Amino acid sequence: MNCNDAQFFALNAAARRAVTRRTFLHQSGGGIGLAALGGLLSGGSGPHARAAMLPGFPNYAPKAKRIIYLFQSGAPSQMDLFDPKPEMSAQRGKDLPESIRKGQRLTTMTSGQKSFPIAPSIFKFAQYGQSGAWFSEVMPHMSGIADEWCIVRSMHTEAINHDPAITFMQTGSQLAGRPSIGAWTAYGLGSENSDLPSYVVLTSFGTGRKGDQPLYDRLWSAGFLPAKYQGVKFRNKGEPVLYLNNPAGMDRALRRDSLDELGELNQHQHSHLGDPEIQNRIAQYELAFRMQASVPELTDFSNESGSVLASYGPEVRTPGTYAANCLLARRLAERDVRFIQLFHMGWDHHGGLPPAVRGQCSDTDQPTAALIKDLKQRGLLDDTLIVWGGEFGRTIYSQGAITETSYGRDHHPRCFTMLLAGAGLKKGLTYGATDEFCYNITENPVHVHDLNATIMHLMGVDHTRLTYRYQGRDFRLTDVHGNLVTGILA
Amino acid sequence: MPPSFLWFTAIVSLCAASHSFAAERVQFNKDVRPILSDTCFHCHGPDEKERKGGLRLDVRAEALKPAKSGATALVPGNPEKSEIITRILSKDSEEVMPPNKLHKNLTAAQKEILRNWVAQGAEYEGHWAFIKPVRIDPPLRTPNPIDGFLRAKLSEVGLTPSPEASRETLIRRVTLDLTGLPPTPAEVSAFVSDTQPDAYGRVVDRLLASPVYGEHMASPWLDLARYADSNGFQSDTSREMWHWREWLIGAFNRNLPFDQFTIEQLAGDMLPNSTKDQVLATGFNRNHRLNGEGGRIVEEWFAETVIDRVETTGLTWMALTFNCCRCHDHKYDPITQKEFYQLFSYFNSGEETGVLGEFGGSGSSKKGGNTQPVVFLPTEEEAAKLASLERDIKAAESQLATARKELPTLVAAWEKDFTAALGDASAMWTDPAVLEARSLGGATLSAQPDGSYLAGGKNPANDSYEITLRPKSGQFTGLQLEVFPDASLPSKSLGRSGGGNFVLTGVEIDIHAPGAGEPSAALLIRAEADYEQKGYEVAKIADGQTKPVNGKRAPDKKTGKVGWAIDGAEPAKKVPRKALFICAPIQLAEGTTLTVRLVHASNFGDHNLGRFRLRTSALPAEALSLKGAALSESLKTALQCDASKRSPMQRAEIEKFYIANTSNLVRQGETLLTDLRKNLKETTESQHSSMVMKEAAKPKPAFILVRGEYDKPAEEVPRALPAILPILPEGASNDRLGLAKWLVSGEHPLTARVWVNRTWERLFGTGIVKTTENFGSQAEWPSHPELLDWLATEFVRLKWDMKAMQRLLVTSEAYRQSSIISPEHMAKDPENRLLARMPRLRLSAETLRDQALAVSGLLVSKIGGPSVHPYMPEAVWDETSVYGNLRNYQADTGEGLYRRTLYTIWKRTSAPPSMLLFDSPSREICTVKRGRSNTPTQALALLNEVTYVEAARKLAEGMLLEGGASADTRVEWAFQKVLGRKPDAFELEKVASRLKARLEQFGANETAARQMIAIGNSKPVATLPSGELAAYTVTANVLLNLDETLSRP
Repeated sequence: MNCNDAQFFALNAAARRAVTRRTFLHQSGGGIGLAALGGLLSGGSGPHARAAMLPGFPNYAPKAKRIIYLFQSGAPSQMDLFDPKPEMSAQRGKDLPESIRKGQRLTTMTSGQKSFPIAPSIFKFAQYGQSGAWFSEVMPHMSGIADEWCIVRSMHTEAINHDPAITFMQTGSQLAGRPSIGAWTAYGLGSENSDLPSYVVLTSFGTGRKGDQPLYDRLWSAGFLPAKYQGVKFRNKGEPVLYLNNPAGMDRALRRDSLDELGELNQHQHSHLGDPEIQNRIAQYELAFRMQASVPELTDFSNESGSVLASYGPEVRTPGTYAANCLLARRLAERDVRFIQLFHMGWDHHGGLPPAVRGQCSDTDQPTAALIKDLKQRGLLDDTLIVWGGEFGRTIYSQGAITETSYGRDHHPRCFTMLLAGAGLKKGLTYGATDEFCYNITENPVHVHDLNATIMHLMGVDHTRLTYRYQGRDFRLTDVHGNLVTGILA
Repeated sequence: MPPSFLWFTAIVSLCAASHSFAAERVQFNKDVRPILSDTCFHCHGPDEKERKGGLRLDVRAEALKPAKSGATALVPGNPEKSEIITRILSKDSEEVMPPNKLHKNLTAAQKEILRNWVAQGAEYEGHWAFIKPVRIDPPLRTPNPIDGFLRAKLSEVGLTPSPEASRETLIRRVTLDLTGLPPTPAEVSAFVSDTQPDAYGRVVDRLLASPVYGEHMASPWLDLARYADSNGFQSDTSREMWHWREWLIGAFNRNLPFDQFTIEQLAGDMLPNSTKDQVLATGFNRNHRLNGEGGRIVEEWFAETVIDRVETTGLTWMALTFNCCRCHDHKYDPITQKEFYQLFSYFNSGEETGVLGEFGGSGSSKKGGNTQPVVFLPTEEEAAKLASLERDIKAAESQLATARKELPTLVAAWEKDFTAALGDASAMWTDPAVLEARSLGGATLSAQPDGSYLAGGKNPANDSYEITLRPKSGQFTGLQLEVFPDASLPSKSLGRSGGGNFVLTGVEIDIHAPGAGEPSAALLIRAEADYEQKGYEVAKIADGQTKPVNGKRAPDKKTGKVGWAIDGAEPAKKVPRKALFICAPIQLAEGTTLTVRLVHASNFGDHNLGRFRLRTSALPAEALSLKGAALSESLKTALQCDASKRSPMQRAEIEKFYIANTSNLVRQGETLLTDLRKNLKETTESQHSSMVMKEAAKPKPAFILVRGEYDKPAEEVPRALPAILPILPEGASNDRLGLAKWLVSGEHPLTARVWVNRTWERLFGTGIVKTTENFGSQAEWPSHPELLDWLATEFVRLKWDMKAMQRLLVTSEAYRQSSIISPEHMAKDPENRLLARMPRLRLSAETLRDQALAVSGLLVSKIGGPSVHPYMPEAVWDETSVYGNLRNYQADTGEGLYRRTLYTIWKRTSAPPSMLLFDSPSREICTVKRGRSNTPTQALALLNEVTYVEAARKLAEGMLLEGGASADTRVEWAFQKVLGRKPDAFELEKVASRLKARLEQFGANETAARQMIAIGNSKPVATLPSGELAAYTVTANVLLNLDETLSRP
């Protein structure tokens, strides 16, 4: 910045910020400014917004401006929710035939079992909407919007335990160290919002099985991408963003005053040293100041109408619940946050599955449906991609004994169901199929890499072109794999 | 081509891309290899499975052969006939190389390079990093040879080094770089006023000798070693590896040469006569995660563990990405999948499972949560206890041996009395005459035909039954109590409670000898029962025979329970029960009567006996048994046999019976020894420990794993080193120790270069090889290849002396120059690869916090020890997990809040948030390089996190107490503290005027002032007015957030 200091400081604070920003953004041509700004800052909706993206990105017109990814951690049971297998009631308690299992490896939780007794779902299924999509009785709200969903019954993955499986979903690798899908998006597409991060993570505990599955920072980390692309986790306890609040005794005016002083001193230092990183620092402190206002405004539901609040269910008033996070997701979407990811824990049902599934559905069914209806009503669903699902499926055979009212299911990587909705997708579609044991895919398999490639595609990104050079190699989210699932695209 | 020539030709401008290549000799390694490697080798390189069209381009001889298509890729000297040139220049989207779908289109300049290269003969060179560095003298003579290399290159682009930085800048720079802490104002002023020519050198020596040097060096090594205090994965339970961290700090401080440093960490356990310290050092390769997830498959995670070691060792010492080869041959480097598993075989023969083991597991952190093999590291107290236990065990063993020797004598003496007593009695139990049986509480006790008594009528609370017996004269040794179910009793059970249970709390026996006055009491010494309800064991009745107080016996202190019960309410438990009560033998005169009182003094008032029978015995106590025959037939035979004629088996049987059934020295010795050994085991296991490597006696076989999958083993592979790298040094064993020695033999082309480059990156911001994490074919061409090699050879020449090398770097002219950026710099070398100035670097996460603690005076200097718990926002560990024992974070209250940041407890799945914000890795895997990002969330942390606000307040206290009387002098004092320099007039005016305004604001708002100064665990100085202190705190908060403060100058 070659701005004359005297002139600069003669400006009022707001104008000064504008100058700083503008100069700063201009410098980005030199490869220092914007690269350093990264996922957290762009020029709002103005001409600078696109500058935060990688050159050439998006690769083509995006169908989805943003994504709300409703991750159901622990792995929901597909045959109890979306993939009915009525034939199984005749097989109740019989051993799963080896011709179906085909020697597949099992987790050590059931590999020692003497038998693999088939446990048909206890729940009633029916068809809903014009599309006639199947839903289990425990999802009265999600089935109520049956024609919005694109149901993929033929997902499959490679991992068999939670930690590697959820890491695989999020980063395209079972092992730690790779960037998460949200970080990739922030890196490639930048931000549409000047006051909020481009990748926001919200977490909640489930009532179905308290505490399962634990989450890890790695799931939203930037991996080997610069740290600025990591997901900013809004907290389910305490202040919504770490260190957001000023110290007690310091009001906003005093913070403004202290930042003005800081800016002046930094500017003075810059005039001596000429280091553009100092300008960047000033800009980051100003963005922090704006976040201090925008985040509380974002998390304050007092201007939501009673009917909207009611539609999300009673828990919406309790911060940190799935319901509250769904409403927060809508508010983030309205503010053009690009990647909003909810993680709801509690889906790992090795035993006592029926009551646990009921608990999880009572947490998630109504708010999920309310979110989609709310987005639709506001005209946001057309350019928002919704994803609902977990890290793998569950076994048709019971872990432990089957009783009249209970059974459990182990991890199953060979097939599971995910739900998508919104931007660029066929509505009311059920895609892919599984065999009568819900064990193997019989039609249109969709690998995790394929799903991620398709998500990126809908965001306007060719997954083979979004690469980052690390250890001398061009890495990408889908490794060297992944095919677009064209059958689900509108 | 000799390597020296290789470097010589490499000395060309970095900006070569703008020059015309037609006139210059194209150089393969610098110009051509990066293009081929990045765009061609993937399909035409080392990996045979990926190879397209039968064309291999990374080996010249192969590239000169006709491919499957018949065309020849390379015709040296003839670009027009070379298919490679035809294809890269093709306009046909089907023909053009690289294929469009790869999105790796060549630039015009790159095409030109390849064309010229072919025209000039298409010569190849081996990859520079795989060739041993060759030392050549610097092109210019300078006091520090480093500058000779740098100046030569600068002059090529018309740049000169910047002038030396100010003394204040210089001492702050070098102090932060070598110790991670800022200089004190006294250190700054001493250096500024030191006019001796060696003043700077002495500062460097002081810093290298200071113990905080080792702490600072340890931090980046912890990233490489993926050090943490938790096991990682799902539950992420705690582990204890801080002793290894302490070893590491110590190793840096005593300047352990890097070769030894390497050998001890990779194979210290295999050194001949290895010390405990050398074994502890091998924790380096036990710092990886360990999976404890419920459904984990052990073989899978064992393989991952070993693969992690190959990856970590490869990255740390060689900057090679071996991990690419776990599934297939390397795409870029000449390393095969087979060679990967050959390296794997050096690391797979430990005595371990590869998963979270017996000490760990969810929730329990016994033995620190570590997994075998471990080395135990007792505290002084534990060591003393262990030594004393071992002494006691020795003593007990010898006492027992003595007692065993005396056994025949003891047995002989006992046997006489025993057989005599046995001889008198024909049966074990006899029925005495019952003179009277009554209930003291008013129940009825009616005699039954089998000699038992049945209680009936009212069931008074806490009843006692008194039965008067007249046994035969002679010896009396014990009483048998039989209890029977009865149809008349509740639930047809044995007791009188609603459920049919009883709780017997006392058996008292009064002996009335004829003619004697007061009766005497028999002393119960043992009680046994054939069934005991849990917590209601019969032995308690014989524990000293305390009488009930106020009708109740005192319950057991541990369990709160009292007396003997038999689960009488359970359907399956309504069967006859027996108990026996043995007392010290008494001789009964003719006509003696016994009054036996059965007491029910528990809290369960109605739990009285229902139907019972009493019998007495005259046999010796050791012959009494619940089972009936206490003495086996063989024992009886042995006893009857003459002592001299007994077989060894018979003697042993008698001795065994004696030991088990009498009070004797052998039994006492055995009991003592058992207790001591148990104590020793528990104490051993509760000691501090650290996980280490331990080589199994026999190497485990290793196999190529198809696609890297543990359950798809293919060909078995022996231990062997990659063919592209040197062979084992002479005399080295072909094992993990040999591998470590191979790395630091001085012949290895990578080890010294990698260390030197990483150190260069730390001090100068960017490595000479920018890709610090990769020296393979995809590495960036070094900015100063000759300098890199000179430094690498110098490191070996100096016997791997890490301090000496750093001294060399920081005393260079380049390191000491100013960091002011001129337009010329930006124009000619925007990335500053040529170092015409020093780069300013944002401080690391650790140094930022350490600096704030240090300048405010909060820092607690203490080297080593367990991890500490500084401030952390509420529930960071708990918002995403309710697993494992690392939950409910409790911040320390004392010095743990103010220790250096490298001691902060590290949970991998939820690493310290203020660290992650500043680019620190999660420590789940080996990480070579940290970014230096600049984000708003960092600003929030530095402005608002408790540590920084508390540090600001402490700094403000210093300003008020030590900074003189005026605002100006106080601001000056603070600048000296934080930045090591005085403020200039502009700064002083700005800061002082804002401060003045804030003094007024806080003066008018006492509440706000009090709130602000109350932040943090340390108490504000009571004598300072709160408004004043608050205003100064805000100013200090600004100073701690200056870009200058956050940067290495």
